[in-house]
Amino acid sequence: MPNTKRVRLVATSVAVALGAGALAGCGSSGGDSGTDSGPVSLTYWSWAPGMDKVVDLWNEGPGKKERITVTVKKQASGDTLVTKILTAHKAKKAPDLVQAEYQALPTLVSNDALADISKDVGDAKGRFAEGVWQQTTLGTDAVYAVPQDIGPMMFYYRADLFEKYGLEVPTTWDEFAQTARDLKKKDPDKALTTFSANDSGLFAGLAQQAGARWWTTSGDRWKVAVDDAATRKVATFWGGLVKEGAIDNQPMYTPAWNKALNTGKQIAWVSAVWAPGTLTTAAPDTQGKWAMAPLPQWSASENVTGSWGGSSTAVTTDSRHKAAAAKFAAWLNTDGTALNALAKESGIYPASTSAQLSGAFLNPPEYFANQADFYTRAAEIAKTTAPSAWGPNVNVAYTSFKDAFGAAAKNRSDFVAALNTVQEDTVADMEKQGFEVVR
Amino acid sequence: MRNAPYGFLLPPAVLFVLFFALPIGYAVWLSFRKVRVSGLGLGSGARTEVWAGLQNYTEALTGGELLHGALRVLGYGCIVVPVMLGLALLFALMLDTEKVRLASFTRLTIFLPYAVPGVVAALLWGFLYLPDVSPFSYLLGELHLPWPDLLDGGPLYLALSNIAVWGGTGFNMIVIYTALRAVPAEVYEAAKLDGCSPLQIALRIKIPMVAPSLVLTFFFSIIATLQVFNEPTTLKPLTNSVSTTWSPLMKVYQDAFGRGDIHAAAAEAVLVALATLVLSFGFLRAANRRSRQEGAR
Repeated sequence: MPNTKRVRLVATSVAVALGAGALAGCGSSGGDSGTDSGPVSLTYWSWAPGMDKVVDLWNEGPGKKERITVTVKKQASGDTLVTKILTAHKAKKAPDLVQAEYQALPTLVSNDALADISKDVGDAKGRFAEGVWQQTTLGTDAVYAVPQDIGPMMFYYRADLFEKYGLEVPTTWDEFAQTARDLKKKDPDKALTTFSANDSGLFAGLAQQAGARWWTTSGDRWKVAVDDAATRKVATFWGGLVKEGAIDNQPMYTPAWNKALNTGKQIAWVSAVWAPGTLTTAAPDTQGKWAMAPLPQWSASENVTGSWGGSSTAVTTDSRHKAAAAKFAAWLNTDGTALNALAKESGIYPASTSAQLSGAFLNPPEYFANQADFYTRAAEIAKTTAPSAWGPNVNVAYTSFKDAFGAAAKNRSDFVAALNTVQEDTVADMEKQGFEVVR
Repeated sequence: MRNAPYGFLLPPAVLFVLFFALPIGYAVWLSFRKVRVSGLGLGSGARTEVWAGLQNYTEALTGGELLHGALRVLGYGCIVVPVMLGLALLFALMLDTEKVRLASFTRLTIFLPYAVPGVVAALLWGFLYLPDVSPFSYLLGELHLPWPDLLDGGPLYLALSNIAVWGGTGFNMIVIYTALRAVPAEVYEAAKLDGCSPLQIALRIKIPMVAPSLVLTFFFSIIATLQVFNEPTTLKPLTNSVSTTWSPLMKVYQDAFGRGDIHAAAAEAVLVALATLVLSFGFLRAANRRSRQEGAR
């Protein structure tokens, strides 16, 4: 082969391999320029479907009056968006407004990407449950975001199959375990549910319900307690069920999982308020056969739940019109018209307490037409949400969780050992970055 | 006028620098830096980018996960490369025999999977592997035969390799087949006059004649193997057996976009590139030396 060709081949391979590193240097320009007087135009990164329609309401209504125009740019959700925001922020070109999951807020704040909008959001605080609002302040006097939607966790089950097998709806986790065993005894081909490691938010929510506080600060130092007693209790519980074979160990959101729900091979799902949407696509044939109940408790006298999912609207430090952006963020998440549109177009469950019982939430979701008080109960459950404690490297803990618990579930091995791995990975990453950490 | 050649050289040189040398240089520079957080790391000025020296490299090499990924990929490559190239050569030789029928149709059929995007191919096979939705699993079940868990342990390597072989054989076959067609007919004629059977022609004439193409396809395959990313990433959500850092490039991706540490990712990318360079050049040198020796004989 001629020499030139060889060089080109190798060069191509180097370019491909380096692509990932080089890509990180690209940022998309989102910031709109404009002067402080006169019309303002803002860019908003969001993944919520139909958000452009909700924003149109602003642009044609209050936005027109205030001469603030917002443009939505549809984004991928979750961790990828966090990385994208941070990359854009490095180039000082982050959009004015971003949608951010609650657990991503410390990461964003720690990168100085989010602006303190406490002066501009007016009386928004009173519209939200305290535990929800606290996530946007990170325990400081600042306000880094306005809550948009929340995901209080609940227990979903096939009411018809529970009746068929003579099972009671579990109110405690002990009963939950017993229910799983009883079902296995009556029909070994079925499972109550599965333990899935592919969405760390589920486990985080379960730990939160048990009283875990993974990241806390004392003075100038972080305390990381992913392996605290409460979380260990949760890990031991689920690890035990997987090990004895009382529940399945295959991941969620796969075609196999859809089929298991749709055919009644799995008859319950620990999920959150958004479950009806997922079930509609995953198990369309069983519409009307499911019912919702509060999450089982660790002791009969308790009444708490965790949260799984939920996001907020934040203003970036790169925005040239922070006050205008904050005004829009407050409107989007507290105004009745906006929240109704959000519920209708984007299918979100609002963080605003007054919106949880109005408009779109007067009637149960179509999938749960048989449970008329679905949203009344959901609002009651939402009130019992335990406080959460997020830190600056949730993404690292979440990735470590997926790998460690994925392997532990597969091998039906010790979940507490997997939990230790997550703790070690999280602390090691923080120390590597230079955070002051007490163990 | 004497400067004219430089004028002609200028556009490619500028493009090379802008879109090739600079990004690589930037990635290498990033790989020697790191972010330092002070205190709680909240608020402005809490993060500064500092010189890291070789720290990112030593961590990548001693961290274990990158090397484990490399070993996994090595195991995967040991299945993919021989099987894929063996099949490609076999098909090419069969298509090149005189008695073959429906040659162009067959060629197209074997080549077709290459036109299927890697992600789609992985999804397609993923569905066929999952016992609850796979028609093969259903058929085996009807025959009361067990369905092996293809997405776990050893079979996982076979499952992944199968996707690569299915998608890549056609392309390699075309490369080898094209080389076969370029062999002058007189050579075969002479061999036949000397009493060679078709099998002997294939083994003694055709394979040595297409050796350069075999080297080329082998070279491509090594690079593709080291950079495997699509298939395991697409299968990952379907099983607990594929971790987020299963292959070296997945680790690079995870560090850059999952953990947001572009410095570690850059160092790992440089290492993967170096490994690719060493392996492919090593192979090419070995191949060249052999052909030179054979030429001298």
